[in-house]
Amino acid sequence: MPVNTAEEPAQSGQESTQEPMRGARILLEALLREGVDTIFGYPGGAVLHIYDELARIGPRLRHVLARHEQGAIHMAEGYSKATGKTGVVLVTSGPGATNTITGIANAYMDSTPLVVITGQVPRKMIGTDAFQEVDTIGITRPCTKYNYMVRDVRELAGIVHEAFYLAASGRPGPVLVDIPKDVTAEECLFQDSCELHLPGYHPPAKARQEEVERILERVLAAERPVFYVGGGIVHSGATDELMALAEALQLPVTPTLMGLGCFPAAHPLSLGMLGMHGTYWANMAMTEADLILAIGVRFDDRVTGALEKFAPRAEIVHVDVDASSLGKNVPTHWMIEGDAKAVMQQLLDALTAGGSRPSRQRLDNWWRRIESWKAYAPLSYQRSSEVIKPQQLCEELDRITGGEAIMATDVGQHQMWLAQYYGFRRPRQLLTSGGLGAMGYGFPAALGAQMALPEQQVIAFVGDGGFQMTAQELATAVQYGTNTKIVVMNNNSLGMVRQWQEIFYDRNYSHVDMEWTPDFIKLAEAYGATGLRARHPGELTEVLERGLSTPGVVVMEILVEQEENVYPMIPPGAGINEMVLSPSHARNVPAGDPGSEP
Amino acid sequence: MRHTLSILVENRFGELARIVGLFGARGYNIESLTVAETLDPQHSCVTLVTSGDDRTIEQIVKQVNKLVRVLHVADLTSHAHFERELVLINVKTETSAAMQTVLSLVSRRHLHVAEVMEDGLIIEATGEWKQINALVKELMPFGIRHIVRTGTVAVWKNPTAEVMEMAGMTKAMFCKDQA
Repeated sequence: MPVNTAEEPAQSGQESTQEPMRGARILLEALLREGVDTIFGYPGGAVLHIYDELARIGPRLRHVLARHEQGAIHMAEGYSKATGKTGVVLVTSGPGATNTITGIANAYMDSTPLVVITGQVPRKMIGTDAFQEVDTIGITRPCTKYNYMVRDVRELAGIVHEAFYLAASGRPGPVLVDIPKDVTAEECLFQDSCELHLPGYHPPAKARQEEVERILERVLAAERPVFYVGGGIVHSGATDELMALAEALQLPVTPTLMGLGCFPAAHPLSLGMLGMHGTYWANMAMTEADLILAIGVRFDDRVTGALEKFAPRAEIVHVDVDASSLGKNVPTHWMIEGDAKAVMQQLLDALTAGGSRPSRQRLDNWWRRIESWKAYAPLSYQRSSEVIKPQQLCEELDRITGGEAIMATDVGQHQMWLAQYYGFRRPRQLLTSGGLGAMGYGFPAALGAQMALPEQQVIAFVGDGGFQMTAQELATAVQYGTNTKIVVMNNNSLGMVRQWQEIFYDRNYSHVDMEWTPDFIKLAEAYGATGLRARHPGELTEVLERGLSTPGVVVMEILVEQEENVYPMIPPGAGINEMVLSPSHARNVPAGDPGSEP
Repeated sequence: MRHTLSILVENRFGELARIVGLFGARGYNIESLTVAETLDPQHSCVTLVTSGDDRTIEQIVKQVNKLVRVLHVADLTSHAHFERELVLINVKTETSAAMQTVLSLVSRRHLHVAEVMEDGLIIEATGEWKQINALVKELMPFGIRHIVRTGTVAVWKNPTAEVMEMAGMTKAMFCKDQA
């Protein structure tokens, strides 16, 4: 803005009778007031006053010292994704701040509530290219929900309060608070309460009643409906409403990657994940649907494939808390701005009020069609007695953990196989880098989740490439006495890139072979963790069982088939009904592809 | 198609950068942009001219609306409104004949001569975007030495109560009643 109105910070609330505190202490008190118990961080020059106070504040606030700021922010993301609480990161100015960018962008894409506190050079030095100065606000503006520069210590407590509110409300996301060093040294009174000043921010809750009634009518009238659900269900805590609604309407449910677990994979109404590597039957159902009820999703390109071929016969009803997601990628008939939980409860109420109990029989033909797609192209792979198949590894992990573990992944083949073969049964069970697709996320995210939930089995399921991006956090995992388990699916290559080079670049493999990887057992041991390795199918179960039951941090390196591809697959530019099925399917192909409508 | 957006935003440091940054990051076009405080000094009004098909404009409005400190966004193109742009044109008139021709054009068009120099005139004109374009075209043969346009500003003909409130109008009218 051309004019900067230097408002006096609101002196709302009762002044406390305490002594003035310096900004560093006010920050920590403000964090405690928000219910923060854990901070993931890394110290540096611009945050020295804050770390000085952290050392004084005692066990009320646990600080987890990462080994790299990227590790710290991914831990905060994992902590948040596993618990639903807002993750908190504290780093210094300059490189401290820039090292968190991948995590900030990741949290922005996957709607993870974070408050990222960055140190900044003193106010009078801003703009002078000072040591460790970077325009953190400018750099993070496009990948945060909002960001603040604290220009006056009297604003600090209020900004922290607002930051937590913004991060967690509406469509959640990361909020950054940049604090010049001298602000943390200035003193003022810590106010007992502060008010939000957000006149332009009104996250939606309920939908209009007449809209709810109209869309319910449409859903009940549909002959080939599909219920397409995603991360928004998880964020709004709407799992119960989803189950009730899906069961009441007998709708086929297909979750996105971010929605896995919001509806149990083993439920008879579940079609499994849709999209680029989703199930054949989920994608075919979307293509032939006459109505898509989409809640808490964003019609991502990994879901829609070629837009012009996407769901050509469907009337689309889209409910989302973020109005800008409505109608963004696909023409949408019913755009409902609202919170997933609130709107699904309204739908349930309207259904009860309407008095009709929709029968499953009304969708018999549709379900038969879905079953025929499922029978035609189930998930399949060719087993081997020579080499461990990555799909087999995922199935074995599912079996041994009873499908109950919290699983964290990076991006790529291992991520897709886990999504296909692990039966996620509850929300917040899969921590994965969805929108941004960041390698190096899984292990620190698992660690952050483990810090929050020490009693639960948390497994980082990562590739040999991704693990090497943040493997230094083994030191953090061991230092804090965690029981985090790491399963490294080692195919000695950057598998998904290799798969694309194989299929679309005529096997012109370019820089995808990890010609040298560390000895992961020795690496684990060097950090004080346990290392195990399985080379052959006969060793798989034993290594996983032993590794998962060994206390402390355990790295299990599983050597798998290098040239295995993820199928089914939607090639770039193709519609989601134009899936490439696995070669093992081609060998067993029954006559008559039920794919196209007669 | 050309659309004129009227955006009310909290008057705070860095908020304009968020709006402009959003247009850049999402590949939307900014044809012109003007910003100033409203009667309520806590709020600013941005008039932004952009272009795109209906779906793009709808998405732009939603994206701008999503910005935390943006209070209100309206695509004025779909409401009754009034648009103006100010232009300053430095025209070369090396001969007195040229000077006379330009001056007669100025008088015929009811334009304003802001300053007369030895070898030229600075013409001040306001008009709709298209009128300014036409004027520029007409003056081009004389030799335009420098020209600066402010970009479009636009005002609602029938603002909603909400818009009036945010732009400080309610307070202003209240003051007037008191007087």
